[in-house]
Amino acid sequence: MAFGPFLFLALLEGTVMAAVLALTAIGLSLVFGVMRVVNVAHGEFFMLGAVTAWFVTHYLPFPPAIGWLAALLIAPLVVGAIAWLADVFVLKRLKYDPEATIVATIGLLYILQQTALTFYGPDARPVEPPFNLRLQFPWFGYSGYKLFVVLAAGLILLGVWAFMTRTKAGLVMRATQVDMETARAFGINVDRVYAGTFALGAALAAAAAVLIVPIQQAHYLMGHDPLLLSFIVVIIGGLGSLRGTLVAALIIGLSDGVISMFFSPTLAKIIATLLVALVLVFRPQGLFGAKT
Amino acid sequence: MSLSAKPLALHLGLIAVLFAAQFMLPSYHATNVSRIMVLSVFAMGYNIAFGYTGLLSLGHALFFAAGMYGMGLPIWTLGWAPVPALIAGLVAGGALAGLVGLLALRTAGVSFMIVTLMFAQAGYLTLLYLNTHTGGDEGFVVDSAARMIAGFDLSTDTPRYMAALILFAIAMLICLWLVRSPFGRVMVAMRENEERSRMLGYNPFRVKLTALVISGLYAGMAGAAYGMLFGYVGATFATIQYSILPMLYVLLGGAGTVIGPFLGALLMFYLIDIASGYTTAYLFVVGAALVVLVLFAPKGILGTIRERGLKWLP
Repeated sequence: MAFGPFLFLALLEGTVMAAVLALTAIGLSLVFGVMRVVNVAHGEFFMLGAVTAWFVTHYLPFPPAIGWLAALLIAPLVVGAIAWLADVFVLKRLKYDPEATIVATIGLLYILQQTALTFYGPDARPVEPPFNLRLQFPWFGYSGYKLFVVLAAGLILLGVWAFMTRTKAGLVMRATQVDMETARAFGINVDRVYAGTFALGAALAAAAAVLIVPIQQAHYLMGHDPLLLSFIVVIIGGLGSLRGTLVAALIIGLSDGVISMFFSPTLAKIIATLLVALVLVFRPQGLFGAKT
Repeated sequence: MSLSAKPLALHLGLIAVLFAAQFMLPSYHATNVSRIMVLSVFAMGYNIAFGYTGLLSLGHALFFAAGMYGMGLPIWTLGWAPVPALIAGLVAGGALAGLVGLLALRTAGVSFMIVTLMFAQAGYLTLLYLNTHTGGDEGFVVDSAARMIAGFDLSTDTPRYMAALILFAIAMLICLWLVRSPFGRVMVAMRENEERSRMLGYNPFRVKLTALVISGLYAGMAGAAYGMLFGYVGATFATIQYSILPMLYVLLGGAGTVIGPFLGALLMFYLIDIASGYTTAYLFVVGAALVVLVLFAPKGILGTIRERGLKWLP
């Protein structure tokens, strides 16, 4: 294959990755933006989404398309509920102290991951895609489902945007983000906003996982990479800034696709992690420092 | 600040008990305790940064692995003798901690945690990427000829236990001296109120960097010793799990106590050991312990005891 088509393939793969990454990272970004909590267990919510999708498609007697759609509805609900409980029973009791919540979410990471290992097992299992369509380019064929993933992720992101800017709940969340004390003084139930935000963030990760699981198989350790990449995206884009997160997801997704294809996936990750460290060191104010 | 009698007696007593223990413990447990002693040196280093200076790092696996590879690679590729190799490991840990500190200490709190995490992750990935030089994720076995020091074969039980004990004793006594020295007090001042100590004329950056380098030296020495005593160098020791374990040991035993890291390592090691007899999901214990500790006992075992009465506990 010549360089041009090769690059095109790399960019296609990168776009798919960017779309899923944007969805996962928006969840993380939302949680940090509103609650100032760095959720290290975010990758495990992603993993739980994929595992739930496997259970749903495997045990419900539907054809693949409907089973997958059911998973897309059920997995975010289940994972959101788990996150809600985690917020009420752990994070709230820590009064959302930044360092304590990181330690607690590391604990949560192991708890969720090992619970998945116990009940789901160590095997990677496939989920059948809702449809099989092969797009034939002049140089290579490409999965139509992958392009559908990009479309679906875009729609969900649009939904999140509409929710945040056009609904009362979104307004309340933004108000809490800007000034928690004043929001409480105006009668907003901040506890419920926090729990809801944490659940929403987890549900978005789960939705991203349901989109990707027909391509990537469900495995109990699969949360590691999405977590790392979401961190990278969210930090480069500016924690809490949804627009920044989208832009960064696109940059990281595409460059990861290209570097992985032409050099090695490990090198792509090394560059990205170092980039994050340096961004945090040299532009701390612009990224973490949006003081409220 | 001179050492008063009670703390000194306590720490020397612990060393004496550990010395006596090797004659009573069955071989399996003796090896476990040697591992625990080396891991506690790592945790003591972590404690100097986290417990005393307030630097919550998520990247100490990097320094541990630096020590391990700093010891292992010269032996593997250049055929170095064990003692210079161990020193190379010690230096590698401290040097890398200094380098990371120069950059990471420009941030604080949550940013510091993430920056150290990212550096450690980049280090781990680099080990995998350079797999022709480092053995990648398979790692390599340390040549048994390079595990002989002064005629003692460190791959056999008694010399290994003694080597671990000597290292542990030296590390603990230095730690005890350090935290009671004027510099140790300044470290605590950084943890408690950085602005006020700055106002008193201390340079927070310099103090924190020094503490981090000392912490890195501990981690590097522990990594080098671990590789030497147990004969294996591998990239697993650079994973995030090895940054979290010392944090867990310190949180469990009691942050800011000298014996806490050992107590935490001892309890956690056996908790994991017992749990892994029942289930493959034994890391669940690690997660549950972290959550329970941070919720109900943020000061750890010895921190709580110190609060409840034993005020002299260092």
